[in-house]
Amino acid sequence: MSNKLIFELSSDGRTGYRFPDLDVPAAPLEESVSTSLLRNSKPELPEVSEVDIIRHYTSLAKRNFGVDAGFYPLGSCTMKYNPKINEDVGGFSGFTSIHPLQSEESVQGYLEMLYETIKSLSEITGMKWGTLQPYAGAHGEFTGMKLFKSYFKKKGDKKRTKILVPTSAHGTNPASARISGFQVEEITADERGLVSIENLKEHLSDEVAGIMLTNPNTLGLFEKDIIEIARLVHEAGGLLYYDGANMNAIMGKVRPGDMGFDVIHLNLHKTMSTPHGGGGPGAGPVFVSDRLIDFLPAPDVGKDGDRYYFDYDKPHTMGRVSGFYGNMAVLVRAYTYIITMGSDGLQKASEYAVLNANYLKEKLKTTYHLYYDTVCMHEFVLSAKKMKEEFGISALDIAKGLLDYGVHPPTIYFPLIVPEAMMIEPTETESKETLDSFVDAMLEIYKTAKENPEILHEAPLNTAVRRVDEVLAAKHPILKWKPE
Amino acid sequence: MFSYLPQTDKDIREMLDVIGVNSIDDLFRDIPAEILQKKELNIAPGLSEYDVYKRMKGLSEKNMQGISFMGCGSYDHIVPSVVGHVLQMPNFYTAYTPYQAEISQGILQSIFEFQTLICELTGMDVSNASLYDDHTAASEAITMAVNARKKADRILVSGTIHPHTRAVIDTFFSDIPVKIEEIATENYLTSLDALKESIDDSVAAVLIQTPNFYGWAEDLTGLADLVHEHKALLIISSNPMSLGVFKSQADWGADIAIGGTQPFGLSTYFGGPSVGYISTGTKLTRKMPGRIVGQTKDVDGKRAFVLTLQAREQHIKRERATSNICSNQALAAMGSGIYLSTIGWKGLQEAASQSFQKAHYLYKRLTEELGLTSQAGNDFFNEFTLLIPNAARVMEDMEAQGIYGGVNLLRFFPDLKDAVTIAVTEKRTKEEMDAYVDLMKRVL
Repeated sequence: MSNKLIFELSSDGRTGYRFPDLDVPAAPLEESVSTSLLRNSKPELPEVSEVDIIRHYTSLAKRNFGVDAGFYPLGSCTMKYNPKINEDVGGFSGFTSIHPLQSEESVQGYLEMLYETIKSLSEITGMKWGTLQPYAGAHGEFTGMKLFKSYFKKKGDKKRTKILVPTSAHGTNPASARISGFQVEEITADERGLVSIENLKEHLSDEVAGIMLTNPNTLGLFEKDIIEIARLVHEAGGLLYYDGANMNAIMGKVRPGDMGFDVIHLNLHKTMSTPHGGGGPGAGPVFVSDRLIDFLPAPDVGKDGDRYYFDYDKPHTMGRVSGFYGNMAVLVRAYTYIITMGSDGLQKASEYAVLNANYLKEKLKTTYHLYYDTVCMHEFVLSAKKMKEEFGISALDIAKGLLDYGVHPPTIYFPLIVPEAMMIEPTETESKETLDSFVDAMLEIYKTAKENPEILHEAPLNTAVRRVDEVLAAKHPILKWKPE
Repeated sequence: MFSYLPQTDKDIREMLDVIGVNSIDDLFRDIPAEILQKKELNIAPGLSEYDVYKRMKGLSEKNMQGISFMGCGSYDHIVPSVVGHVLQMPNFYTAYTPYQAEISQGILQSIFEFQTLICELTGMDVSNASLYDDHTAASEAITMAVNARKKADRILVSGTIHPHTRAVIDTFFSDIPVKIEEIATENYLTSLDALKESIDDSVAAVLIQTPNFYGWAEDLTGLADLVHEHKALLIISSNPMSLGVFKSQADWGADIAIGGTQPFGLSTYFGGPSVGYISTGTKLTRKMPGRIVGQTKDVDGKRAFVLTLQAREQHIKRERATSNICSNQALAAMGSGIYLSTIGWKGLQEAASQSFQKAHYLYKRLTEELGLTSQAGNDFFNEFTLLIPNAARVMEDMEAQGIYGGVNLLRFFPDLKDAVTIAVTEKRTKEEMDAYVDLMKRVL
C-alpha cells in the first residue's frame, strides 16, 4: 500500500474542484486595494484530481484503526460505539448551515436543544446548571478553575492559591490548575489506592482553593470516602472539582452533585458517545452547584414560556472561554444520544460498563498482576511489572503484541502510580464474545512472553508500519513535508 | 431494547457468576448508601431511532436557513462534496488520539499534511496539529511569547481584533501576572502611532488581526521591525481565506501566525467546530502548545509518522506543560486539510479572489446606489462595515425576506448601533446580491 503524501501525488495542472464562474464585473486586485497588501509568495499546495483525493484518504483510512474496526479498551477514554443516527442528525442542514450570530428568533431549535441538553446533563450529574461552551475536557477543567477563582475573588479571599491533585490524576488536572493561576500540590493515595485522608488533612489550609478529583479514580476504584473528603474540603473553606472523564461508570447510580462536588466537567466524546475524530473535536461542558451559578460563562441559555434565549446579563460571570457557544456538531450528537438512551438506557450503559470491566478483570487477574484486587468500576489497571522482571516483557511490548490481534491496546504507563500500568476500559457496547476473544489474546500473549519473548519484542508484525522510532522523531524533528 | 447494549440475560448471568457476585448492584457496593441513587434519573425514557430522528429533524427545522451575508469569524463558503465523504470514513472519525502509531498512520499522516498546508499558507516553519479556535489560539500564542520572553510581562493587543478574542484573552490571563493592554485605533485600524508610544522592552508580544474585526485590512508595513526592535514577538491573526490574495503572516514578519480554519471546508455550524491554527518559526518549536506530528522511520526503515516533542505536553510535564490542551479539533483540521488539498493553490486563489470581487461589487452598489456610508472606507478583503440608519430594524426586515444581511455590531459595541458588518463569499451569486440591494432599497 502506498503511503505517499498528498504533496507527492501532485501534478501541475490537476485540480480536484471546479468553482462556479465569477458572475460579477471584476477589476484587477491592485485597482481595489493597496499593492502593499497583496501576496507575492506562492504556497506549495497539492494539485490533484478528485479521484486522487478519494484514493489517498481511502488508503489512509485503511492505515487507521477506529471503534468501527474493533475492540478499543483504551482506559480513561471510553471508546464506546458511536451510533450512526448521531452522524445522520449531525448532517441535517438545519444544524450545519446556521450562522452563530443569527437572531435568537431564527435559532429557536438550537436554543431549545442547548437548553434541554444543559437540563438533562444537570440532572445526570446532580448539579444546578451549566455551560456547554468548553471545547474539550481540558478546556472544561480550565473553565472550572476560573470558576473557583471568580468565587474566591467575589468573597475577597486572596489567600487561596493552591489546588490539591491526587498523584493518580490525569495530567491535564495539574496543567489546568497551573494555567489558571493556581499552584499545585499533590496528595498521595493510601494502600487501598484511594485518596489518603491523612495526607489530605495535612494539606488542607486556608490557602487551599480546592481539590480536583476523578471518581471513580484512574485506578477504576470508587473513592468511598468521598462524603468525608467533601466535608473536610468544605470545612476548610475549599471547593471540589470533579473530572468527569470517568462518568461512564456512574450514570443513574450516583451523582457528583450528591457526592458534594461544586464543579464538574463532562467529556461528551467519552460518556455521551460522540466520536473522538482522531483526537477531537470533543466537548467539555461544565456544571456547577448553587454557589457557583452566578459565575458561569456568558452567554447562558434561558427559557421564557415557549421562547428560548441567550442570557448575557451575568454581572459576575467568569468571562468568555470560546469564540461562540462550543462545538455544536458534538453537542447535537450528544443530545441525540441522550434522548435515544433516556433515563433507563443511560443507567444500563453504566451498569453494563461496570459489568464488562469486572468480568474482564476477573478473567485476567490470575495471569496478569492486579494491584488493587477489589470490585472495580468501569475500568481497572493491570501491571506488567512482574512480566518485565521475569520475561523482559514490558507493558509496551504487550500493547504492541495486541496490535497483531486486531485490538487497540489499553492505555499504558498511566496512572503513574502503577509501574508498567495497563489501564483497561471495555465500555458497555462490547459483547461477551468480544471480551472473551480479548481475554484469549491476552492469555496467548502471556504464553508468548514466557516461551518466546523475542516475538513480542518484534511486534507488531502485521501493521501498516512496525514499531516507530520515537527518539529519532524528537531528536531530528521533521514537522512538515519539504519539496526534494 | 437498546441496540448499543449487546448483553443478554444469559450473558449477564454468566458474567456475574465469573465475577462471583449475585447482581449488578453488588458491583456498586463501594458507593455509600446515602448517596446511591434511589430512583431513576428525571429525564425521559429512551426512544426508538425513528422517534429520535423525527424529534431531531423537528428541532433542526426550527432553525431558519437563509441567504447569508454574515461573517465576523464564521463564513458561508462552498464546501466540495469530497470533504464530507472523507470525514465520514469510520476509521477516521471513530478513532481516538493517535497514541499507537502503528495503527494510526492514517490520522498521523493527515495531521502531518495539515501542518504542512498551514506552514505553506502562513509561510512559517512549523505548525501544530490544531487548537480549539482562533480565539483560544490567541491566548496560546500569547503564552508562548510570555514563556519565550521571561522578563517581559506586557502584551499589546490591537483594539481592532474580534471582541470575542479579546474576551477569551481577558478570561485566560485574568489571574496571571501578564498585563493585557489595548492599542488605540484610528479610523477602525490599529494606530501605529499609539503602538510606537506604548511599546518598550517590557512588551512580550503585540497581537494584530488582519483583516480586522470590521473587515478592514491592516497595512502592517514596517510593523515587524518596530516590534522586534524591542525584542517583542509579533502575533498576527488572519482569516486564512484572505491569505489566498493577501500577504501571509511570514510576509509581514510575524513570529507567530494564528487564525481559524472554518472557512476551509467547514460549515458555519452555529459557531463550532472551527479549528485554531498556530504556526511559528523553528526556534519557538518547543514552546508550542498541543499535539505535533513528526516524520520518522519504523524498524524496517519505512517512513512513518508519530506524535512527537511530547516533553512539552501535560501528560508528561503535568503542571509545567506549555498548555493544558489534550483533545484538539483533529477531524475538523482534517476537513480543512482535505479542502485545501482538493482545491489547491489555484482553487484557493479562485475562492479568495471571487470572495474579494463579489464583496467589492456589493460594497460599490450599496455605497454608490443606496448612498450608504462606509464606516471607514479602508481596504478590505471579503467583509466590510457600513453605517445603516435603523440597522437593527433593517436587518430584521431583511431576515423576514430570507436574507441575513450582515452582523449588526450593536451586539458587540453599544455605540456602534448603526454599524453592520457584511461578508460576501464566492458562494453568493450576483442574483443574490442584486436581490440584497433591491430588498435593502425597499426596507431602508
